[in-house]
Amino acid sequence: MTTVFDVNKVRDDFPILKQWVNGYPLVYLDNGATSQKPQSVIDAIVNYYTTTNSNVHRGVHTLSQQATDSYEGARAKVRQFINAGDDREIIFTRNTTEGINLVAHSYGRQNVGPGDDIIVSNMEHHSNIVPWQMLCEEKGANLRVVPIDDTGELLMDEYEKMLGPRTKLVSITHVSNALGTILPVAEIVEMAHAHGAPVLFDGAQAVPHMPVDMKELDCEFYVFSGHKLFGPTGIGVLYGKAEYLEAMPPFLGGGEMIKSVTFEKTIYNDLPYKFEGGTPDIAGAIGLGAAIDYVNDLGFDWITSHEEELLRYGTEALSSIEGLKIIGTAAHKSSIISFVMDKAHPHDIGTILDEQGIAVRTGHHCAQPVMQRFRIPATARASMAFYNTKEDIDALVKGIDQVLEVFS
Amino acid sequence: MKLRQSPCAKLDTIPIFDRLISMPQLPDVPLDGLYGDLVMDHYRNPRNHASISDADVEAEEFNPFCGDRATLQLKLDGQGRVSEIGARADGCSIIQAATSMLCDQLHGKSLDEVAEIGERFRHAMKNGAGDDDLELGDLLALQVVRQYPVRIKCALLPLTALEEGIKAYRARPG
Repeated sequence: MTTVFDVNKVRDDFPILKQWVNGYPLVYLDNGATSQKPQSVIDAIVNYYTTTNSNVHRGVHTLSQQATDSYEGARAKVRQFINAGDDREIIFTRNTTEGINLVAHSYGRQNVGPGDDIIVSNMEHHSNIVPWQMLCEEKGANLRVVPIDDTGELLMDEYEKMLGPRTKLVSITHVSNALGTILPVAEIVEMAHAHGAPVLFDGAQAVPHMPVDMKELDCEFYVFSGHKLFGPTGIGVLYGKAEYLEAMPPFLGGGEMIKSVTFEKTIYNDLPYKFEGGTPDIAGAIGLGAAIDYVNDLGFDWITSHEEELLRYGTEALSSIEGLKIIGTAAHKSSIISFVMDKAHPHDIGTILDEQGIAVRTGHHCAQPVMQRFRIPATARASMAFYNTKEDIDALVKGIDQVLEVFS
Repeated sequence: MKLRQSPCAKLDTIPIFDRLISMPQLPDVPLDGLYGDLVMDHYRNPRNHASISDADVEAEEFNPFCGDRATLQLKLDGQGRVSEIGARADGCSIIQAATSMLCDQLHGKSLDEVAEIGERFRHAMKNGAGDDDLELGDLLALQVVRQYPVRIKCALLPLTALEEGIKAYRARPG
């Protein structure tokens, strides 16, 4: 049976949510951009710098050993969280963007040649477009884009037609940051594998909202950021199948990623250290570990059911506002509601909401091709997390009334 | 010897929430401040909203933050003075109003005078308008945007387009 949590008790764990902004209690609906941090994450970082701070994998002294244990402990937590087979498959990065760039530079440069294809979708974040464009330009390869329909669903027939012997990688988002669409990841992998193509998923918008299982999903790469998962900024994760990571050349050269260095030859370190050149964000990894503990304590059974209810309630409430149109109406959606209004530009919506303490994202959400697809310059986006409430949605609706008042 | 207090010492004695509460808050700005009558009037009834053929000065500027766009065109008469203006803006109310207000000030001006108005406007948006800025006309209504720092870029987008257009015109051979 699902444990049900009192959302107000959960909110107490997040000190920032107690703030007032512009004379109103903060209504934070910008979780797609970054999430807030529970006290346990803040404490883990403070405790690390207060009691343990030392470099990892270096000294023989006690603190260095403790820091290493905590850092590697965080890696094990990540491995369990996404059900990967081996700690060696968990590479700490700065964020999702760095994870994708690592694969583009290392796997991409080694395996992509003239005339080859890399497949992305029409609803990617710029960070899952630009690295591949750069690679394609360098190698004379083609970037193929799977189209989407008017609801924001991927056109699977078109995807299947694109796959072929030249497909060197499929790199697609798990959840669209601009539309909220949850993509059929299992089918995407199955179809790619039928053509021998590896798959990378951008999981930045997925891991905070639903369980992901690497063994079940069977993708070759999966990337996400810590800060959208209630952890600190500056830490992210690249999961890669060991056989792929083993065969790939390093990304950043330097300390930590070597076994021995002479001016004639360097022997690279084993996984995962081969891809972690330089001193990592130790506190960040520990903070991420604490965030994973926190999410595990709540459990995704409650998180997803609470967020689905928020999405249902919010979609219904916003749909009933005249002149407001929701962009992204896929059957399977995460708790993201992107919208435009007849009478007000998203920037103006954002400013008027901010005046009432309501934080939403406005703009193209680093996904300009999606905006072009829907022929709009930008949207306003309310993105919910498990600490949001129906009262937050009510405040948003009231805030939008104010927008209508100014722009009617 | 007197020991200096550590930078954190004073803060540590205050519980974190007292600290947050004691932080200075930005003054509340009434909503009709940003969306005042004049701004809304230029937004709803943009002046010089047209596209002109064979413009002498022409420029388009994007705001990468949101994809908004301002396009400005000027036609010059025999004396090198602005005789016709074409202005279009796709974006928020502030970009649209600013484009309309800016173009409204340019009729009959030489390019040097246009550049001077632009400089005065930019300076006023950065540092606040002074008594001698009256010739900015309706553009002065945009002073309220200074209280919304992220929106200043919106107000300055048409000016940036104008400056780029003049630069390109002057760089043209002959």
